[in-house]
Amino acid sequence: MAMTEQRVSYTMDSSLETIDSAEEKATKIATELGFAEDEVMQISMAVREGAVNAVLHGNAYAKDKKVILGFERTGQDFIITIRDQGPGMDLSKIPNPLAPENLLKTSGRGIFLMRSFMDVVEIRPSSSGTELKLIKHVHGPTAGGKEASQ
Amino acid sequence: MTMKVGSRQVDGVTIVDCSGRITLGEGSVILRDTVRDLLGKGNKKIVLNLQDVNYIDSSGIGELVSAFTTTKNQGGELKLLNLTKKVNDLLQITKLYTVFDVKDDEASAVKSFK
Repeated sequence: MAMTEQRVSYTMDSSLETIDSAEEKATKIATELGFAEDEVMQISMAVREGAVNAVLHGNAYAKDKKVILGFERTGQDFIITIRDQGPGMDLSKIPNPLAPENLLKTSGRGIFLMRSFMDVVEIRPSSSGTELKLIKHVHGPTAGGKEASQ
Repeated sequence: MTMKVGSRQVDGVTIVDCSGRITLGEGSVILRDTVRDLLGKGNKKIVLNLQDVNYIDSSGIGELVSAFTTTKNQGGELKLLNLTKKVNDLLQITKLYTVFDVKDDEASAVKSFK
């Protein structure tokens, strides 16, 4: 773990325990930062979904691949980054889970939920891994997540 | 808190009382195994009582969808009962509220089966 006054990062295994741990850390930090209870839930759930994607879809539980989780507080934002060491992903292939033909699919809602709960969701895939950035404005809007770019 | 389930029969309907978290891993597996076991024993009228489920992630949502479709494909019906606000909000956001038959009291849930 590396830590500065406003930034902390963790290098974690590709395991189910990492997913639970990422969620717990997000909940703790978001609470300490003073977010309202419903915002804390949104942040922790978005982080959980991001960690699921990193562990399950990115690193595919590979023991030699790590998940790097970072939390940063800037003046107006709570920024969470989650990086995996997987093969990257094709953003054009992310389905719309609200489309009628996808409603009864058993997967494919993680990114949608992150976008619903956070103010900014950025996904940067590359051949050496995917970096996810989640931002919640500290004093910004609390509902209706918006996406800045991918 | 891990997920726990207990089932009981009311007028030919199986009520599955769930508590804890339905998330990737153990929670989702427990729900999947429970529904498969019920269907395997011929119990095709199923109500999932989610009153004490305080957290569901996207994997848990997928497991609810899977339970719903698996039951339907075997000629049965699966309904949801007593959603917490968090779970209700999630089903609204994902538009699954329109898919599931959601009830808020057990007696009417039991009566609603044909």
